[in-house]
Amino acid sequence: MGYALDFGWLNGAIGMIASGAAMTIFLIAVTTVAGVILSIFGAAAKRSRYPILRKAVAAYVELIRNTPFLVQLFFIFFGLPRFGIRLDPVVAAMLAMTLNMTAYTTEIVGSGLDAVPKGQREAAAALGLPTWLVFIKIVLPQALKVIFPALTSQIIIMMLESSVVSQIAVRELTYEADMLQARTFRAFETYFIVTLVYLGMSIGLRRLLFAGGRRAIAGGMA
Amino acid sequence: MIEFTFWDIVRNLLLAARWTVLLSIVAFAGGSIAGVAILLLRISKRRWLRRAAEYYIGLFQGTPLLMQLFLLFFGLPLLGFRIEAWTAAVLGLTLCASAYLAEIWRGGVQSLPSGQWDAGSSLGLHYIGQLRLIILPQAFAITRAPTVGFLVQLIKSTALTSIIGFEELVRTSNAINNATFEPFTVYGLVALIYFVLCYPLTRYTKILELRTARQH
Repeated sequence: MGYALDFGWLNGAIGMIASGAAMTIFLIAVTTVAGVILSIFGAAAKRSRYPILRKAVAAYVELIRNTPFLVQLFFIFFGLPRFGIRLDPVVAAMLAMTLNMTAYTTEIVGSGLDAVPKGQREAAAALGLPTWLVFIKIVLPQALKVIFPALTSQIIIMMLESSVVSQIAVRELTYEADMLQARTFRAFETYFIVTLVYLGMSIGLRRLLFAGGRRAIAGGMA
Repeated sequence: MIEFTFWDIVRNLLLAARWTVLLSIVAFAGGSIAGVAILLLRISKRRWLRRAAEYYIGLFQGTPLLMQLFLLFFGLPLLGFRIEAWTAAVLGLTLCASAYLAEIWRGGVQSLPSGQWDAGSSLGLHYIGQLRLIILPQAFAITRAPTVGFLVQLIKSTALTSIIGFEELVRTSNAINNATFEPFTVYGLVALIYFVLCYPLTRYTKILELRTARQH
């Protein structure tokens, strides 16, 4: 018996793997930006004066956190057309990822905003800064500094989870792997290489976020 | 053409949910046992053992679970094992759970003051005795909330095994959906079943967190 591993197909496949990886990076970039912005609103709503707003956000967070991402994705992609909302796979993937991400980051961002002492806000207001500027210049940078590690982990978890969107035919890394293995009949080798690509991406993303984050946040703090 | 009433859908989904529950329990139990082994390596006195465990954990936390499942499903037959979806699912989730649980418990072990180890050795206990009687019980107690939290994550992760062909809740729902063309109802119900499984555990995690916070 004995099975000889064969990586000869790899030469012709680098383009597919690269374009799949680019799609995965695009998806997670969109999700991160949209997710963080939405979770600022989510965190604010959770601390608002109106109980109904607080309850709505809490219900949304619990609903997302207690159901699998795959089911959320299927619900959005296959279930919504019943109401006439027919989404392109890429749009459905971005929507599902953002909704999922926001449920987790709302808690993270909220705890970061809580961690900024009230005196910071008062001092900035006393200097005559308008409220929105107080938030952007004073509160947000300090909150981001606190939550940065948790946020980074969540972004990486979401990137790894995004492999699931291959199931609705979004042409990201896992989808390209599926296509490749169907063509080369080298399933193990294909998934092995692609797994390594994911590993490299998660290590690289963590390094990048920490390096970039330290500089940007230190600048914002000064 | 078979007609599905609403109750047929519910009944079939609930029957399939048994496999989701069974898979979660088996993977959690297996993952706990393997996780303790990884934990022992991770906190070992030998540097290369610690390093090896660190890489193991990093590997499982740095790659998608779906890829891990694919590699097992397609890789094990190459080594001469006959593998079915159930075996790959159990093995994949167990390995993945062991990495996450080991990392959670390591946090617990390292949060204990070194005086706990010293006290153990002053009682004449050997390394194993110190671990078994003093360190691990406390580490498990501190990390109960994240451990239950991980169980929730594990239950949700079982959904991925549908992709390698294991007949659990999601795979069954895909089949029902193909027969009934009612994705909204079917996936809504599936989400509801997962929610009913996970939400009590999430609540329990919150209670445990509050209890731990009060103790400190």
